[in-house]
Amino acid sequence: MKRYDAIVIGAGHNGLAAAAYLARGGADVLVLERREAIGGAAISEERYPGFTYSSCSYVCSLLRAEIMRDLDLPRYGLKIIPYGSTACLMETGDRLALYPDADQTRREIARHSLRDAEAYEDFMRDLTRQVRAIRPLLLKTPPDPTSFKWRDLMGMKEIGEAFGRLGEDALYQAMQFWTMSCGDFLDRYFESDVVKGAFAGGSIIGTALGPYSPGSAYVLLHHVMGDLDGHVGAWGFAVGGMGAISRALAAAAQDHGAEIRTDAEVSELLMQADQVAGVVLADGEEVRARTVVSNLDVKRTFLKIAPRAHLPDDFVERVAAFKIRGSSGKLNIALDALPEVPAIRHDPKLMRGGINVGDSMEYLERAYDDWKNGTWSARPYLDIFLPSTLDSSMAPPGKHYMSVFVQYAPPKLATGPWTDDDRDAFGRTVIETIERHMPGFKELILDAWVRTPADLEDQVGLTEGNIFHGELTLDQLLFNRPVPGYAQYRSPIRGFYMCGSSTHPGGGVMGAPGANAAREMLGDLKRRAA
Amino acid sequence: MAEIAQTRTPLLPSIPALERTPFHPRLAELNLANAWEPWRGFVTASLFYDVEDEYFAVRTGASLYDVSPMLKYRIAGPEAEAVVDRLVTRRIDRLKPGRVAYAPWCDGRGRVVEEGTIFRLSETEFRINCAEPQLTWFEDAAWGFDATVADVSQEIAGLALQGPTSKQVLQDVGLDAAAALPFFGIGDFATADGVSVTVSRTGFTGDLGYEIWVAPDRALELWDALMRRSEARYLRPIGSRALERTRIEAGHILINVEFVSARRAIRESQTRTPAALGLDWAVDLSKDHFTGKRALLAEREAGGPRKRLVGLDVTGRKPAHGAYLYRKGKEVGQVTSACWSPIAKRNIALATVDASAAGEGTVLDAEIYYRKEITQGKTDAAATVVPPRFYQPAHRRG
Repeated sequence: MKRYDAIVIGAGHNGLAAAAYLARGGADVLVLERREAIGGAAISEERYPGFTYSSCSYVCSLLRAEIMRDLDLPRYGLKIIPYGSTACLMETGDRLALYPDADQTRREIARHSLRDAEAYEDFMRDLTRQVRAIRPLLLKTPPDPTSFKWRDLMGMKEIGEAFGRLGEDALYQAMQFWTMSCGDFLDRYFESDVVKGAFAGGSIIGTALGPYSPGSAYVLLHHVMGDLDGHVGAWGFAVGGMGAISRALAAAAQDHGAEIRTDAEVSELLMQADQVAGVVLADGEEVRARTVVSNLDVKRTFLKIAPRAHLPDDFVERVAAFKIRGSSGKLNIALDALPEVPAIRHDPKLMRGGINVGDSMEYLERAYDDWKNGTWSARPYLDIFLPSTLDSSMAPPGKHYMSVFVQYAPPKLATGPWTDDDRDAFGRTVIETIERHMPGFKELILDAWVRTPADLEDQVGLTEGNIFHGELTLDQLLFNRPVPGYAQYRSPIRGFYMCGSSTHPGGGVMGAPGANAAREMLGDLKRRAA
Repeated sequence: MAEIAQTRTPLLPSIPALERTPFHPRLAELNLANAWEPWRGFVTASLFYDVEDEYFAVRTGASLYDVSPMLKYRIAGPEAEAVVDRLVTRRIDRLKPGRVAYAPWCDGRGRVVEEGTIFRLSETEFRINCAEPQLTWFEDAAWGFDATVADVSQEIAGLALQGPTSKQVLQDVGLDAAAALPFFGIGDFATADGVSVTVSRTGFTGDLGYEIWVAPDRALELWDALMRRSEARYLRPIGSRALERTRIEAGHILINVEFVSARRAIRESQTRTPAALGLDWAVDLSKDHFTGKRALLAEREAGGPRKRLVGLDVTGRKPAHGAYLYRKGKEVGQVTSACWSPIAKRNIALATVDASAAGEGTVLDAEIYYRKEITQGKTDAAATVVPPRFYQPAHRRG
């Protein structure tokens, strides 16, 4: 019977990145995907004829340039178009637009507050300093501060040096960034509601925190630490939708010799004494391998697939306590034409960027209150994109695909689990919210695919529908991600690893957890062979 | 009495310092960045609004770039073929009417005078497009032949329509037959509005694309017809900054950047033979005769050029503008063009290096300088020699 060097459970983008790096490193790799299609949450799906939906994740910035280069992803058709701007639509009918160009942004902010236009420079300087310190850590295995192994000591020294280089002001600020609420942080710089609201959006996306919850300032950082073509903080669309990223990763993996099987759900691990020996599929088939790596989130991995008997109790407790809280839903909408957005009519280029609804801290915090009360936000925060304004492959000519990220929505309602009626009502809330800012929008809808956090869990496999495989708060970052002592992609079971977004450096279509895990596994495989 | 606004001064001329192309009225309205630069005495757009957006228009949509300032020469007559054949390094007797060839032309010592596209419009008529004046050089080539040479630059305006959706744009304006031209094909067509155009399936971007040539008095009609398809086909005007990046990705050389014309160079060391520019493929040394042939044969017998143009794949993200290149501590060359390629997600460069360092796969050390707020930073990057065709999408020929 064939024995692989490594089996990857789950063909999400991190699983595929791990597979590609493993295969590139000479390992014999098999990827097993439960669904009929690869990609996990980085997937393009055609649900309505002629339209391509980036049905879960929808924009890209964090995918490491190093990974694109190592794996030569452009050769496999990956193209990413930057979308420069973000416009926050205001309840008053006005807007605040943020541009890639600092002068244009200042001019926009100055319409709302001259002081804020100046403060914007301070804010960006401080953000940039922090980003410079964090970025080098993304493609590194987090050091364990307690091990006292040479490699970990060196890793700690590296982190120390990165922050040491920050200088006095930025060092103090680093502590604040990692612990403060985004609201408190923004209050230090800005006076205008809309300016704060526009920046705070990035601090709540994907997280079950409100803008005034401690720890939310880091999420803001997480959303600006990516880059596109050397522009730090820039975001873009993958041509053909987010599935194009997964397809390119899969093609690279296959070119290096990896096999990928879909419709192959792993139900449990195959053990040999205290060591992993392969996996058992749902249909009972056994596949053997020296190592197994799970792309699933840490809860699914250890509470559903890994054998309880082989895991220490305290580990299981910590995994159970790991915060993965669903907070968002998604609408994919096919439109008959480009909607009219009066607030940004003067600059059609803004239609090709992000369009946000949620124009103040008050608005966002109230939206969060609803989540706490076990219901979706009556006035939700929306992160809207029309990828078809930049990419002709997303919709037929003249028609448009709209991606709507919706926050907040709880994984379970106060009234009980989500029902079909709840989903409809949730969808209506979102559509009415859009209609308020885009009159006539409803008339253009050809198809609207509403996905609640529960749907994301059932269909995509994200526990509670959490897009990051776990909250991005300091207690769950770096050497604490996913749990202390297991931040280096290994698990308590010998030969069993994790490579999903529950591991460092966390969520987003980044590929870094996959690349980092593969590096650790290749090292171990080599050691074992020697 | 109301004061009359003083818009003129006797201290300044009343005509523009730079000539304007027939498309200028439209370009001026669209140039929201108000960013212009000179191109051989004409004013040309550096960018319209956003370089990134313009770049991606070429790579994922469609773009219009005004190429009217290009020089165009008509060589016609019963012996026009013989004239062009002795002028350039490729076999022109094999170039059929309705086809285009790219070729360099050399001086007697085999050094490149210029390079450009050669349109064979009919058995007896050619048009050569180039960047620097060549009238006297072409006239010299035609001396004694039954053929005439004329500078027709002012008679023809041109637009480069480039990008994956450019074919649909042509179809949309009634130029279906032009859209169906083969790669490096050329022909005369008329738009649905009745504007006569010549369309060549050529370009400087390495993408699917066309160049559309039109009489100056119909230029604006053509522009308007094309731009009416702007929204449906993702068509935007682009400036020279976006174009520059695409031409490096395509690996096209640029005069006065990768070489200096043999007729203009002050320092002989700045001139190049076709082989040194990687244009061996466009030189047919078995041809009966062409200017420079003997010198190029001698160069080949001597083992090829001493320097060669290569492509470089550079580590890191800092463009290697003007970087010095070393091998084992010894300087072996210099980068001539460099950029980050957003489509290839690579840091790419064109460089001229000693032939001994030009082998594919050779790893050179690039010394890259960049700005770090107010100081100059320096970084050493590994630069691997690769073929200088960084982006060659299949749809280019499809």
